[in-house]
Amino acid sequence: GPEGPNLIEEIRGAKTQAQEREVIQKECAHIRASFRDGDPLHRHRQLAKLLYVHMLGYPAHFGQMECLKLIASPRFTDKRVGYLGAMLLLDERQDAHLLITNSIKNDLSQGIQAVQGLALCTLSTVGSAEMCWDLATEVEKLLLQPGSYVRKKAVLTAVHMIRKVPELSNIFLPPCAQLLHERHHGILLGTITLITELCERSPAALKHFRKVVPQLVQILRTLVMTGYSTEHSISGVSDPFLQVQILRLLRILGRNHEESSETMNDLLAQVATNTDTSRNAGNAVLFETVLTIMDTRSAAGLRVLAVNILGRFLLNNDKNIRYVALTSLLRMVQSDHSAVQRHRPTVVECLREPDASLSRRALELSLALVNSSNVRAMTQELQSFLESCPPDLRADCASGILLAAERFAPTKRWHIDTILRVLTTAGTHVRDDAVANLTQLIGGAQELHAYSVRRLYSALAEDISQQPLVQVAAWCIGEYGDLLLEGSCEETEPLQVKEEEVLALLEKVLQSHMSLPATRGYALTALMKLSTRLRGDNKLLMKSPGSTQRDTPIFHLLRAAILEKMPLVERGGTQDEEAKESKEAQLSEAALVSTEPPVRRPEAPRGRGLGRASTPSPAPSALSPSCFSLHTPASVPNLRVFEREGLQLNLSFVRPPETPALLLITVTAVNTSGADVTHFVCQAAVPKSCQLQLQAPSGDTVPAQGGLPVTQLLRIFNPNKAPLRLKLRLTYHHLGQSVQEIFEVNNLPAETWQ
Amino acid sequence: MQFMLLFSRQGKLRLQKWYVSLSDREKKKITREIVQTILARKPKMCSFLEWRDLKIVYKRYASLYFCCAIEDQENELITLEIIHRYVELLDKYFGSVCELDIIFNFEKAYFILDEFLLGGEVQETSKKNVLKAIEQADLLQEEAETPRSVLEEIGLT
Repeated sequence: GPEGPNLIEEIRGAKTQAQEREVIQKECAHIRASFRDGDPLHRHRQLAKLLYVHMLGYPAHFGQMECLKLIASPRFTDKRVGYLGAMLLLDERQDAHLLITNSIKNDLSQGIQAVQGLALCTLSTVGSAEMCWDLATEVEKLLLQPGSYVRKKAVLTAVHMIRKVPELSNIFLPPCAQLLHERHHGILLGTITLITELCERSPAALKHFRKVVPQLVQILRTLVMTGYSTEHSISGVSDPFLQVQILRLLRILGRNHEESSETMNDLLAQVATNTDTSRNAGNAVLFETVLTIMDTRSAAGLRVLAVNILGRFLLNNDKNIRYVALTSLLRMVQSDHSAVQRHRPTVVECLREPDASLSRRALELSLALVNSSNVRAMTQELQSFLESCPPDLRADCASGILLAAERFAPTKRWHIDTILRVLTTAGTHVRDDAVANLTQLIGGAQELHAYSVRRLYSALAEDISQQPLVQVAAWCIGEYGDLLLEGSCEETEPLQVKEEEVLALLEKVLQSHMSLPATRGYALTALMKLSTRLRGDNKLLMKSPGSTQRDTPIFHLLRAAILEKMPLVERGGTQDEEAKESKEAQLSEAALVSTEPPVRRPEAPRGRGLGRASTPSPAPSALSPSCFSLHTPASVPNLRVFEREGLQLNLSFVRPPETPALLLITVTAVNTSGADVTHFVCQAAVPKSCQLQLQAPSGDTVPAQGGLPVTQLLRIFNPNKAPLRLKLRLTYHHLGQSVQEIFEVNNLPAETWQ
Repeated sequence: MQFMLLFSRQGKLRLQKWYVSLSDREKKKITREIVQTILARKPKMCSFLEWRDLKIVYKRYASLYFCCAIEDQENELITLEIIHRYVELLDKYFGSVCELDIIFNFEKAYFILDEFLLGGEVQETSKKNVLKAIEQADLLQEEAETPRSVLEEIGLT
């Protein structure tokens, strides 16, 4: 008509959103008016306009009643637009939809096919559960009447009704047997769909329909053998829609059922081998066949055939085909692992796909295919992929490699190398526990300490930006710095490292703006440890500057770390959480605080799987922010506070002159006995008026015979110069006993707080 | 199939067929999300993507995107054939169909779709039969719009 196109043209002519809204408002007013008092003959045109407006996103509820009127009209044009309107504007949530039930009922039972079709279409699109209850018998009647046009629609309407009201299966199951003899493709297709729906909803129906498996096999066979029929073929494949639907039903019927699976075996083989694969239609059928073979009790040979088809799919030029192949292979990688393994090279090729949704699938599949015999080659491929893969895949790729390495590492050295490479390539994308895992791995491999520290030192020297790598390297240098400086390691290139270079590198880490607080902590701890190892004496903070060349760099570094303001840590914060975890003995005024040792014991259990929770990273916080002067450090005498069976605890103190409120205490544990002290944990408490921070200790084993002491730094902030009290709690294992000692330090010198 | 959307490269909706019951607001939200997601895809990417718990199958024909949402157990490749068959039907009906045809004759686009799919399932696999049905319906409509017949006058269409 003249009005319709004009409206659309007018709307399209609007230059701005505001203009469009104006046109539409005007038009809607006009439509409303014509609904009220316009010529009923033109009502359908007005509704059509309204439907267009609705599609643009504007409200159109006032048209709902018009839909009802048009549906009830005897004119076909009215019904056609009316039903369309009903499908677009009405849905279950509105009461109005129930009002069309009567019209639908009338239209279903009158004689014009086109009208019955409209009614069935609407019923199957927006029919609510109540409507389905009301009209089920009408639809059932239509299933059995002669006209194929109405019958095919009735069958699919039954499908919708069962979805809405599963109990209606009772009505629609019986007619299926007869409907299955249909020659009309549309009715047959609808019937297969209906049977599928029935079987998916009811085990009884599933059992019932198993007896039609031979019939289905026959139908499909005829379809495949009949050859070219212009009416239903696509690219030389006979009615692929029908084939796919039959194959899907066969899958459901053959699942976990030997007999049915056997009945369909030959046919599946036939379809798998004879279907034309040059176009998508054939591949669609082939794909469904593969799914059915894999999901039923197929013969072994058939399963191999199916996997091989997928393997060929992987080589197809069409990326859609490659995509479905990858998703399918991923689904069967557990159940048919060796068959899928045969296609590993092709899968790995797919890592290079420019389309991220394909490379993601290829990554998942590749990771699933790693085993002990291919781990070296696969890791190599995955590492290359990691270097260039899209950013949203990096984290998964990195953790995948680390997990595979953990499961299948042929040697510890290879394992360390692999983790190192991942940290170098994608350090920012690894999970928190990667650092702890690597330190544990290295710690537990004594024969590789020298190798590890050299590799890590070299890596660190090249790049201090990747935080996990820097943290592990710093830790390692702290632990095994002596191995770095002396001797050589056959497995790496000769590396002459001087102390100054190591210190300079750690300084660089401390000063870098890229270094996180946790990283600085590692670097500082490394410095502390190095200071004891390098010069064998723990009074590092007491040395006056300039007395030897070696002091100054350490002081500089400590000063460098103290760049930010001290975060005023309340009695809350992370240390409170750790306090909750540790056993809480009530100690006078304060809550206990402690930190976990950074090196995890080898027997500590760890979760498996990509989804494992990250273990708490030992994160020693940066040293106090106040700078302390290099010129006149406050000199407070050391204190031995504890001795038992050869284990001695000494305290040394520093009051930085520039921050009188700050007291730094280094706790040193030395063991002169013949047996190691292990599981050593020191906790401290101070009065409420003070704030206490503990650094992570250098270790939890105090070696026998006066070996390397364990040191720990306490930072106490005492702004009110309150008299200082210090309580210590020690727990450890020694000489076959578990020991706990709690005591107050009695003779704290006044210089520590005045 | 849960729904089918047709939209232009500017994201303007040209057809929306919903086979599941959702509120208008939900439909709008879903449409917006999917349109955005698909328009962000590069031309060489594959036709499938995962969205919520559904699979989206889409293909571009000239200036129109045809997009279907199917469930996990449905076959993506045959869905591509469904899309292609629908385009062929439109093409046959309109004679070399273009976006404008669908804009100005959107009801026809719906009528044709409703002869091909019903309740989200394929109802007719013969192109010929679908087009014949549309033809007959169009004829019926024409008859209805010509001067009223005697039968109509007495209310017996």
